[in-house]
Amino acid sequence: MSDNTATGPDQFTGATPDNALRAADNADHGPMLAADGTPLKKSLNRALRRQKLRALMLIAPLLVFILVAFIAPIADMLFRSVENQIVADTLPRTTDGLAAWDSTSGEIPPPELFEGLYKDIFIASERKLHTRLGSRLNYELTGVSSLFRKSGRGVEDIGEVYQDQFEDFNEFWKDAENWNPLMGSAEWLEDMAGWDEKSGDRQPAFEIRDEVASVLPETAAMYETFAEFVQFEDEDNLLKEDPWAIVYSALYADLSAGADVASLSGPGSAELQEAAVAVADFETVDYSAAFEEIDKDWHSIEVWQTIQTYSPAYTSGYFLNAVDMKKGPDGPEMRPENERLYIKLFIRTMIMSLVITGSCILLGYPVAWILANLPARTANLLMILVLLPFWTSLLVRTSAWKVMLQQQGVINDTLVWLGVVADDSRLALINNQTGTIIAMTHILLPFMILPLYSVMKTIPPTYLRAAKSLGATDWTAFWRVYFPQSVPGIGAGSILVFILAIGYYITPELVGGTTGTFISNRIAYHISSSLNWGLAAALGAILLAVVLGLYWAYDKIVGIDNVKLGG
Amino acid sequence: MATNSTADAFVEFERVQKSYDGENLVVKDLNLFMPKGEFLTMLGPSGSGKTTCLMMLAGFETATHGDIRLDGQSINNIPPHKRGIGMVFQNYALFPHMTVAENLSFPLEVRKMGKSDREAKVKRALDMVQMGAFGGRRPSQMSGGQQQRVALARALVFEPELVLMDEPLGALDKQLRETLQFEITNLAHELGITVVYVTHDQTEALTMSDRVAVFDDGRIQQLAPPDKLYEEPENSFVAQFIGENNTLEGVVKEIKGDSCLVELDGGEVIDAKPVNVQKAGDRTRVSIRPERVEYNKNRLSPDAHTLKAEVLEFIYMGDIFRTRLKVAGTSEFVIKTRNAPDVERLVPGQQIEIGWLPDDCRALDA
Ligand SMILES: Nc1ncnc2c1ncn2[C@@H]1O[C@H](COP(=O)(O)OP(=O)(O)O)[C@@H](O)[C@H]1O
Ligand SMILES: [Mg+2]
Repeated sequence: MSDNTATGPDQFTGATPDNALRAADNADHGPMLAADGTPLKKSLNRALRRQKLRALMLIAPLLVFILVAFIAPIADMLFRSVENQIVADTLPRTTDGLAAWDSTSGEIPPPELFEGLYKDIFIASERKLHTRLGSRLNYELTGVSSLFRKSGRGVEDIGEVYQDQFEDFNEFWKDAENWNPLMGSAEWLEDMAGWDEKSGDRQPAFEIRDEVASVLPETAAMYETFAEFVQFEDEDNLLKEDPWAIVYSALYADLSAGADVASLSGPGSAELQEAAVAVADFETVDYSAAFEEIDKDWHSIEVWQTIQTYSPAYTSGYFLNAVDMKKGPDGPEMRPENERLYIKLFIRTMIMSLVITGSCILLGYPVAWILANLPARTANLLMILVLLPFWTSLLVRTSAWKVMLQQQGVINDTLVWLGVVADDSRLALINNQTGTIIAMTHILLPFMILPLYSVMKTIPPTYLRAAKSLGATDWTAFWRVYFPQSVPGIGAGSILVFILAIGYYITPELVGGTTGTFISNRIAYHISSSLNWGLAAALGAILLAVVLGLYWAYDKIVGIDNVKLGG
Repeated sequence: MATNSTADAFVEFERVQKSYDGENLVVKDLNLFMPKGEFLTMLGPSGSGKTTCLMMLAGFETATHGDIRLDGQSINNIPPHKRGIGMVFQNYALFPHMTVAENLSFPLEVRKMGKSDREAKVKRALDMVQMGAFGGRRPSQMSGGQQQRVALARALVFEPELVLMDEPLGALDKQLRETLQFEITNLAHELGITVVYVTHDQTEALTMSDRVAVFDDGRIQQLAPPDKLYEEPENSFVAQFIGENNTLEGVVKEIKGDSCLVELDGGEVIDAKPVNVQKAGDRTRVSIRPERVEYNKNRLSPDAHTLKAEVLEFIYMGDIFRTRLKVAGTSEFVIKTRNAPDVERLVPGQQIEIGWLPDDCRALDA
């Protein structure tokens, strides 16, 4: 800045307005420079950044809210519609084994796989997870639910075969007091001794004895699973809990596989060595046969195919289901005629929404016209009447329609009284499509009237006068001049009404009976009654896609900038 | 061209009244006769009932009382679209969803005209208003002046004999307005159509019309050609409304045939022409146009009555001088003098005497 000694008064170096101008002049085609010599673009951006940041802060609460309350649930729904970890999580050994099984061979899986199944179901049934998996697979193959419920009880019997033999052989194996010193590490046992159950402190987590883990791997693994469950799911004192039957099965498996029990020392090693000799004479269990005894469906290829098909963590099964298809051995196939439901329901939802939108246009257009052409005072009064329905609860209005529409209801009574219909042929106006259409048209009518009104309000009456002065009849003037200008209002109203209608739930539920329900009622059913959330999510995702698709089509055909909510 | 006989009348209002609310008459006893081919302007302040009259003629409002006839036929019961009257609106009223050509084609379509005829007529009409190149545009893509030209073409394309225009140039700027005034009158005369033109701009009314009907308070105050309206206003409303005007108030002293003596409220006596006074003793307002006031004694007749005046303001306006005087108690008395070599330039504070020809000073109603 102060380097002005010899060169003259005007020759400052550095950032001065003059220098910046000079630099800008010199840099013929270079970027425009600000007074301090930085490119103008950059300095403008810097100036705007603060402004943008402030704007962002202002909308941040809304952004967060939308993210949490809108985007996240939708993302979760989309995820649930393909998510299928429950099978692999509940039956890890079985699904592993099934990967190698050829479902088209016509043979049921090999016996080893049934041993895995036994373990999976045993653990699952202790955790009470097997019924959940049963319900999940029941969506794909009816009967699986009861199969799993039965098997949950049955696996106890399988396990008891070994448990009884061990216990009969030596009372030693009966008692938790003997098992824990055998399986647990010295430190853990010490910790347990120091633990006061009444104190409310956390129970020291079970630790396996390293030698046992290497000599009896299966027993160790099973005992660990058992211990973890007892300690942290049931929250019982492990020292007082006798092991699961499956621990005996695992012990038998280890011993009969020739475990090197001689290398073990410490508590229980003597009994273990005796048992190792004795197991040779034990009765063995044929798991495959045992499962067949529980339910012969376990030897049905179809059951195994279903389990195999739904083993992967992600599945298109819900979506296939949502369009009345299923996974067959050779790819997706249609469901049998009598199980098809959803496509029909989608089409019905679509058609009824269209009918409702159409009747809203027919009823709403004249009302909006009158509102728009009345003097402001009267129009405001009537507008309150239009908005009145918003002030009463949706449930109350729908229930009122029930009273009005039923066979002994107000409308039928009036018609009978007028002699329009005979007393013995009263109209069925409710619990069918008619009921849904009437009630929903009424409920959604304001959403049609409001945008129509605000668009019509902006059409000056001189257009109609001009048209008539040019020789057009009232109808031509309306149809050729007024109507085209009100189309944006119709568009906006229709989009609103149609999108609201297609996802409507309460009204069809209350007045729709069986023939007047929408896809959303089915979604609600799967969410709250059948608990098939995956299918509900897939149906929801398809509905979302359909709405977006229609929106896109509307934009292509009519143009979305042709939609006006007013002004 | 002015007429009062119904024989050759094309448009007739006979004793027409109109009330919107059943309490106030917006149009009171309207009588109007127009021959074919006339350009008549309804001029008046806002709210005086001009639009209402036009709407009754077009058929968008019904007369509460009286008869409206078109070409000898009562049209009270004919719906607007059968009247065959062209209309131009202040806000153009071009249909926004149609192109210019479609707008023009509309009246021909509803008349079931063939496509080739339509196209030819639309083209001719657009050329007529120098908008031939704009057929494919939408109204929103044009300026106000262009839109009004198109609106004019649309009102003319189906060849109506009567065209109504309600303040068509009201929304345009001054220069455009003047061009279009000129074009509209030319077109009207070329095509020989009858035009009823509504405006509140007196210059527009004077420059365009064959006759002007001055409206006030639901009545026609005077119906006359522009020159008569300016030079011979029949009442003080017209005198005030049209052009610049000086008013002095007083009482008629004496009427002698074509002239009278008026004693002003300050006691001065002046000559005037009795127009709207009946007898001596009537209160009156005398009206003198600024350019008819004389202060050069040599130009006044020797026996003319004169008034003393004090110059308050002298404005040099190039072609004329505009001088504001204090006369007979009013300080708003204005005179205009042509800028000529022999004209004396007054200075504020100067005392002068002013006078006029008795014919130029009209004694009107009070
Ligand atoms: N549709 C109407 N309803 C009620 N009063 C109206 C209506 N149109 C005009 N008026 C009243 O009639 C009077 C004359 O209006 P208008 O004919 O529009 O006057 P102008 O065109 O000379 O300004 C005004 O006082 C106006 O308030
Ligand atoms: Mg008007």
